[in-house]
Amino acid sequence: MAEALTPRGPKPRRRFSRTNIMLYGTLIVFALYYALPLYVMIVTSLKGMPEIRMGNIFSPPVEVTFQPWVKAWAEACTGINCEGLSRGFGNSVKILIPSLILSIAIASVNGYALANWRFKGSEVFFTILIIGAFIPYQVMLYPLVIILRELGLYGSVWGLVLVHTVFGMPILTLLFRNYFTSVPEELFKAARVDGAGFWGIYFRIMLPMSLPIFVVAMILQVTGIWNDFLFGVIYTKPAHYPMTVQLNNIVNSVQGVKEYNVNMAATLLTGLVPLIIYFASGKLFVRGIAAGAVKG
Amino acid sequence: MSDSEMGSSPEPAEPFLSVRPKNPGKPSGLLRNMSAKLASIPMILTTMVVFVGGTIWTVVYSFTSSKLLPKLNFVGLDQYERLWSTRRWLISIENLAIYGFFSMIFTLVIGFTLAALLDRKIRGENIFRTIFLYPFALSFVVTGLAWQWILNPDLGVQNVVRSMGWESFTFNPLNDPDIVIYGILIAGLWQGTGLIMVIMLAGLRGIDEEIWKAARVDGIGTVKTYIRIVIPMMRPVFVTALVLIASGIIKIYDLVVAQTNGGPGIASEVPAKYVINYMFRAQNLGQGFAASTMMLLSVIIILIPWAYLEFGGKKRG
Repeated sequence: MAEALTPRGPKPRRRFSRTNIMLYGTLIVFALYYALPLYVMIVTSLKGMPEIRMGNIFSPPVEVTFQPWVKAWAEACTGINCEGLSRGFGNSVKILIPSLILSIAIASVNGYALANWRFKGSEVFFTILIIGAFIPYQVMLYPLVIILRELGLYGSVWGLVLVHTVFGMPILTLLFRNYFTSVPEELFKAARVDGAGFWGIYFRIMLPMSLPIFVVAMILQVTGIWNDFLFGVIYTKPAHYPMTVQLNNIVNSVQGVKEYNVNMAATLLTGLVPLIIYFASGKLFVRGIAAGAVKG
Repeated sequence: MSDSEMGSSPEPAEPFLSVRPKNPGKPSGLLRNMSAKLASIPMILTTMVVFVGGTIWTVVYSFTSSKLLPKLNFVGLDQYERLWSTRRWLISIENLAIYGFFSMIFTLVIGFTLAALLDRKIRGENIFRTIFLYPFALSFVVTGLAWQWILNPDLGVQNVVRSMGWESFTFNPLNDPDIVIYGILIAGLWQGTGLIMVIMLAGLRGIDEEIWKAARVDGIGTVKTYIRIVIPMMRPVFVTALVLIASGIIKIYDLVVAQTNGGPGIASEVPAKYVINYMFRAQNLGQGFAASTMMLLSVIIILIPWAYLEFGGKKRG
């Protein structure tokens, strides 16, 4: 280290310096820890059961078979029901789409009102909303059961949609509020002078200007709602269970012989949607979670 | 049921009362921003009915003997006494403490180390970052099931090492009550460290280049610069990371359900799972409410010092 710091001209960048070997060595070791589970899941899902029993979980499949994927999708059993994960996938889609639309619509309007149309008490509600994000869900689970029962929505997909909208609200509202606050004040004032009202400015100015933040919100919500297990298991009936709940029931069922290849194919199928979103969205995903993490 | 009534009381009535304009020239206080107030009704309902109302409701009912249905027959601290004398709850708390302690330390250390390494102007930064972060996109159920398979004693890592010649090698955390929580910890770290790395990396990128130059001129080594100068400068980032990690730890539920379902026996139970089991499986609502109130209390204990650090002292928007 010390030699490298002598101030004689620019530092000669050697490709294989000791520091560099350590740097890349550490990174590669960590990368293996993070990458191996995905690799193991993929190779396991492509092997037949005899090969799994004989071999090594890290070895690539000798004979590639897609049978486990077909079985996981169309035939795997939960209890007496043997329709495979396709039903859970369908349910998750049915839950996801209305939750996505409703939660983003409400949160974006909240954020807009909080940024541009503050009223007496609006900041108080916002503060409670943000504090609410830290309250353990367990505290609010049962009151929500009662509310949904009173509304006649308990056990239905729409009840779960409402739950996702409620619990997604703090983070999404924060996201939109911070974004709309950064929109130049002059633009808003000019529109006011032209006689545009609350909704006029929202639909004609704010909405078209803020497509990137809507994409960030969508990424956040798609992964969040798709990965939810707790709300799915509590607020829906078995017929409407989302994919994560059904996956857990398939893999951790006590009956029958464990088919590890089918289990891993099912696990991968459930992880596929968020993984595709993650790899396709790249920087926006990072921006979404950073927005979720760092308050404005 | 008294519940629906208590839901409607805390919401302010202003938006409904001010429908008719009294004075069109100068809008009254209530009428100003009518559309904004109307549009905020979902937010107001969520905060007041679900967050405030729901929390108060649960705390109040935790002092009752509710079993199958919530009933307002108060029994004082009975539920809490029973809670703290239940072995399952004590194990849950112990597990949460162990998991929380190590998760906090390892997540911060690994998250910061990876961020610092990625910040050394290396090649392939994007590839490494993508690999470190992808587990965060996956659900806890997927994480738990993947690691359940990797830690499988007959076919997983233990078997691989044994078949390489080390016959006595034992690594079977998921079936050993003494270390099962560490098996869950490995999976939890795998899923969550990427997020902290990204936050740390953003923090490191926010540090002025000049500081590095000054440190170099003064002959301070890289590691020393990180410890003495960079980390103290990143205090707000560390605080944010700590709050995130802590609130994640308390919520831990689906990872345990998927990976061990609380087993072997009740060795890997956690508080969130205790709550849900008592509320929705064991039909013992009072116990569930008391346990969830304890969870709330622990969050408050974490949040108050943080809020004080963040917002106390100097006032900033």
